[in-house]
Amino acid sequence: MAGPSQDSPVLATSPQFKENARRAMADPGLQKALTTAKGAFLQRRAAAVGRLPEFERLREIGRDIKNHAIANLDFYLETYATNVERAGGKVHWCSTPDEARAAVLKICRDAGARTVTKGKSMISEELGINDHLERHSIAPIETDLGEYIIQLRKETPSHIIAPAFHLNREDWEESFRQMHTDLPKDRVFHERRDLLTEARSRLRGKFLAADVGITGANFLIAETGSSVIVTNEGNGDLTQTLPRVHIALASIEKCVPTLEDATSLLRLLARSATGQDFSVYTTFSTGVRREGDLDGPQEYHVVLIDGGRSDMIGTEFQDMLRCIRCAACMNHCPVYGATGGHAYGWVYPGPMGAVLTPSLIGVEKSGHLPNASTFCGRCESVCPVKIPLPNLMRHWREREFERHLRPGALRTNLDIWAWFAKRPGLYRAATRLAIGTLGLFGRNKGAFRKLPLAGGWTEGRDLPVPQGGTFMAQYKKRQRAEALRR
Amino acid sequence: MSKDAILGAIRRGLRRGELPEDQKAMLRARMAAPPRHLIPARSRVSRPEQIALFVANIEKEFGSVERIPDLDAVPAAIADYLAAQNQPPRFAMAPNPELQGIDWSSRPMLQFEARKGLPDDVVSLQSAFAAIAETGTLMLPSAPIRPTTLNLLPDVAMVLVRASRIVGAYEEAWDLLRAEQKDALTGGFMPRNVMLVTGPSRSADIEQTLELGAHGPRMLHVLLLDDDPAALAGS
Repeated sequence: MAGPSQDSPVLATSPQFKENARRAMADPGLQKALTTAKGAFLQRRAAAVGRLPEFERLREIGRDIKNHAIANLDFYLETYATNVERAGGKVHWCSTPDEARAAVLKICRDAGARTVTKGKSMISEELGINDHLERHSIAPIETDLGEYIIQLRKETPSHIIAPAFHLNREDWEESFRQMHTDLPKDRVFHERRDLLTEARSRLRGKFLAADVGITGANFLIAETGSSVIVTNEGNGDLTQTLPRVHIALASIEKCVPTLEDATSLLRLLARSATGQDFSVYTTFSTGVRREGDLDGPQEYHVVLIDGGRSDMIGTEFQDMLRCIRCAACMNHCPVYGATGGHAYGWVYPGPMGAVLTPSLIGVEKSGHLPNASTFCGRCESVCPVKIPLPNLMRHWREREFERHLRPGALRTNLDIWAWFAKRPGLYRAATRLAIGTLGLFGRNKGAFRKLPLAGGWTEGRDLPVPQGGTFMAQYKKRQRAEALRR
Repeated sequence: MSKDAILGAIRRGLRRGELPEDQKAMLRARMAAPPRHLIPARSRVSRPEQIALFVANIEKEFGSVERIPDLDAVPAAIADYLAAQNQPPRFAMAPNPELQGIDWSSRPMLQFEARKGLPDDVVSLQSAFAAIAETGTLMLPSAPIRPTTLNLLPDVAMVLVRASRIVGAYEEAWDLLRAEQKDALTGGFMPRNVMLVTGPSRSADIEQTLELGAHGPRMLHVLLLDDDPAALAGS
């Protein structure tokens, strides 16, 4: 696979992952938010899965459906596009983020748009649509509650389904007071509900005034030419119902053959994401307002984006195209739980981001991400479409190593280790010596708080003093004891 | 052209050219008669149990249900519900002959207009095409008689559901749509929009804590019309 065919229009701080992570772990506000949020997702998912005995079987079905769709993606995309056009819609095929941004801008300009409402869409973040529209004097308005506050604060989402995962209630209050200046300064937010109500009334008018509504798509259905969105707030539906023009942004791997296929995947999606049995609004849009209809958009556009996906087909990373963006992997990831999403430095955080980001913006910029994993395997165990995430991260590590992208010291140390490992006699002698020495120095301590040459390691934890010899020595002793017993 | 570039890149990745005609025919056949995947056992129960499951799921998702024996009972049910919720006795109603044919004279206090939803609407009355017991989900396909805005703009959404139209799983609801709907524009069965609605609008974006009534209705009230003898048996 060649590198990504196009530079990302969104600035990536992934090369600074280590500094990002350090800063994140020292940020008390972020750590508080992470602690509040983490447990809720895990419990809700576990409960939802517990209520559906067929869940494991459905994961296999979900995997197979997506594999079938990708193996025939060219056919299904063409069928999908034909059906969209039959329903009065238009499909804009875009290879690169730049083409997609240009397509969106042109549709908005042709519509004479001044304001554009938006439903939550990760591909829109990938394209940097908001910046692009603003630069051309069109005002984008995020309407998902989490995206709305992120936009007010000029931040980026830190989680793919809960964009404001990193914020506490105090942050919301502060931003609302700062930005909604026409409301009384001394108003009190007694409960979270008061924040919700204020946002709702702010945004109601925006929905009505917007000339264009932009949403993402969770699925595209070839059989019917439909785009599907899944939301709880209803903002996505208002966005695609009220303005005269609806634009659905979708990457190519969202396409599945039939309603039945989408339905099986929907049984997995909400349970894996929020731990709901089903999201509040699951909506299938097919073309333009029909004759006699009293509402709905008069224009329906699908901006269909490749953005580096087709390059993943036929490589070891093809499995990643099954991803349905539920966020279960990051919700269950100890690294994400410690650093939050912004540390990852680009659009997609967590394990899925650690695999996808190198594919889309290049491993030379994001090589730290597949290394930021303990390989505990929880991500793979909860993935609704069974993506072998740790394996895919391992593939990136191998590629990075092959391409000499790792620092010299690391390579040298690995080389030294490999030299010993290939000589078992020497290796055992050396470990015996090391353990013996450490045991001698630490015999009165129990643990080392500091060690020469290992300052980075002992900074965050203590090293227990070795006891009872090397693994091989203990193993041999036990073998001998067992032989005697027999 | 980007379309050709994208399709070409996909085919290169798959190490083949365009699919041969016989394989395309197989895929077309798969779409014409979509294979039905595993359907959870929870909805494959007797009719009365399916209705009970539907009601339980609506309530679990923070909606409410009132069972009524016939259409004549609708005005009183609505008047009493709105009074109990401290809501005005006014609503926007779907221009649906089924709803318009109701004898509303028994509750002259109720005011309604048959139209689409408007931004200041407080209460709406919609009629469901079908409903799904599996998760307590309403199927609301757009149509001149079923404007989408009524599902979204009011604070309180009331929806009439006939027990005879409650199915177990989503797939059975798609079957009804395939069998009964014909779209004049496409010749297919999908209207412009199909909403599957499960409970009132909500958000957990503030500290991952659930709050009802984000941008859509704060309350979802189902009027369940018991028109299915099989569903009533034993209940």
